[in-house]
Amino acid sequence: MAQAMTTPDAPPARTDPQPPRLRTRRRRPAPYLLLVPALGTLALGLGYPLVRQVVMSFQEFGLAQQFGTADPEWIGLDNYADVLTDATTWAVVARSLAFCLAAATLTMLLGTVVALLMRQLSTAPRIVLQVSMLAAWASPLVASLTVWNWLFDSRYGIVNWFLVTLGFEGMDGYSWLANPWTFFLVAGVIVVWMSVPFVAFSLYAALTQVPEETIEAAQLDGATRTQRFRFIVVPTIRPVLSIVMLLQIVWDLRLFAQIKYLQNAGGTVSETNLLGTYLYQLGVAQSEYGVASAVAMLMLLLTLGLTFGYVRSLLREERTA
Amino acid sequence: MTVTTPLARNRRPRAGRTALNVLALLLAAVWAFPVYWMVNGSFQSLSRLRSPEPAWLPFGEGTSADAYGRVVDASFWDSMQLSLVVTLLAVGCGLVFAFLAALAISRFRIRGKGAFVVVILVVQMIPAEALFISQYKMLSGWGLFNTIAGLTVLYLAMILPFTIWMLRGFVAGVPADLEEAAMVDGCSRFRAFFTITFPLLAPGLVACGVYGFLQCWNEITLATVVMDPSNRTVPLWLQGMTTVSNKAIDWPAVMAGATLVAVPVIALFMLVQNRMASGMVSGAVKG
Repeated sequence: MAQAMTTPDAPPARTDPQPPRLRTRRRRPAPYLLLVPALGTLALGLGYPLVRQVVMSFQEFGLAQQFGTADPEWIGLDNYADVLTDATTWAVVARSLAFCLAAATLTMLLGTVVALLMRQLSTAPRIVLQVSMLAAWASPLVASLTVWNWLFDSRYGIVNWFLVTLGFEGMDGYSWLANPWTFFLVAGVIVVWMSVPFVAFSLYAALTQVPEETIEAAQLDGATRTQRFRFIVVPTIRPVLSIVMLLQIVWDLRLFAQIKYLQNAGGTVSETNLLGTYLYQLGVAQSEYGVASAVAMLMLLLTLGLTFGYVRSLLREERTA
Repeated sequence: MTVTTPLARNRRPRAGRTALNVLALLLAAVWAFPVYWMVNGSFQSLSRLRSPEPAWLPFGEGTSADAYGRVVDASFWDSMQLSLVVTLLAVGCGLVFAFLAALAISRFRIRGKGAFVVVILVVQMIPAEALFISQYKMLSGWGLFNTIAGLTVLYLAMILPFTIWMLRGFVAGVPADLEEAAMVDGCSRFRAFFTITFPLLAPGLVACGVYGFLQCWNEITLATVVMDPSNRTVPLWLQGMTTVSNKAIDWPAVMAGATLVAVPVIALFMLVQNRMASGMVSGAVKG
């Protein structure tokens, strides 16, 4: 981020083929003032906490410091050493990465299929599909979690009823959340169900921008369906495709509410923690702020690592644009 | 939702298209079912829900709206009020701030514009879950723990980046030439903007407002961390209903609560989604 802050703008004259306009001639403070409220809020709500978080990750900061009976003490990299040598951390990181990549991949695949499907359907099925996707997308998180929890309820859930009806007698009264594997299966189903509509609608909107004339011209020149898809459709939707994928990875790595809810509903916390809930457990429940901050930094680094390639290409684009 | 490709459609053989339509309806069923099940469940009686055979329809014998009576109590209205105040404050300020920022970056040539855009994008990648510890400590240090002001500031910072990102696309989508023409005709810059450009931006503002509203309305992490358990927003109120220990969960009442939280939001969303998706796209493509 520091790099981004200091990146100078490209000289205006080089890339602007048009003659300079009225609005570009004078430099006045007004446009910068327009940025102040937004930047101020971001600095207050995100910037300052971020700095504090970094500072705290180098301090001994627990309950005693919180109540003022002891001063926060600088302990250098001790928190990091604690975190990095703890096997629990690595188990949580591995679990989070695996879950994030699996959920994001599945979401992107299904979302792309739905978006392409919407372009091919007759009107009535298309509207039915769009309305149900919208309903799922707009459902408040907790409302959806509540329903899914009930659908997978061991005694009254319809999933178990359905499986028993199909002949899987062993599923009668099966408790999905008690076993970590089925816990994450349920969590995965919920996360994918919630995320697919966003991907589908974004890609659908992007697909409407594919130039019709180019497709027709390519068709006249004898391009096959696959070729048209690969050389015309994919490049057109690429910007949207890559940002949606990026957001999906970021969102799936920071899952908190879904996992927390399922844990409350009957999961084994120690075996189902992902980064978000692990942080919560360390920081809020156990008041180990220093250690929790170090884990938070680790999470931030992971996120930046996963998205580094995209951010770099974006930086390059902004510099030349 | 209106643009289609007639060419691509007609070419597909009839049988292939029927198969696609069937697949689409299957997918639609999977995605709609939980929402249907929520509304359906809210009308069932407790005993009917506990019978081994599922109750498929929200009307007929054994159904009633009693669960709604059980669920709407003082705590529901308290939560509703808290959520509404925080959400409206955050969205109101968020729209104004984001609008000004979007204006600055797409209507003026300012230094560091590219950097600002990248910062906006990177900020969106910082997981809120990585910051809530220090946000919690910051607010409690300033005496803002468990206050409307504290939660509002955090929500504002949460929705701003994406709102700026979307609005920038909308502002860039209205050609500046229109404004300049009006200015040539003797309008002041201010007046040109508000009579020509602003009306064209209204739909974009509405879409961004609704998106911000949904984000705040559904937010649960920060509301858990910086608010006292006695002071719950709507999502936490709903969550509280299923974590009551030692007591069998009153599923019809829970589903009635979920329906009350969800249905207005779904309706609002349906009204504006088309603009939102296109805003997302223009944000991603336009400078």
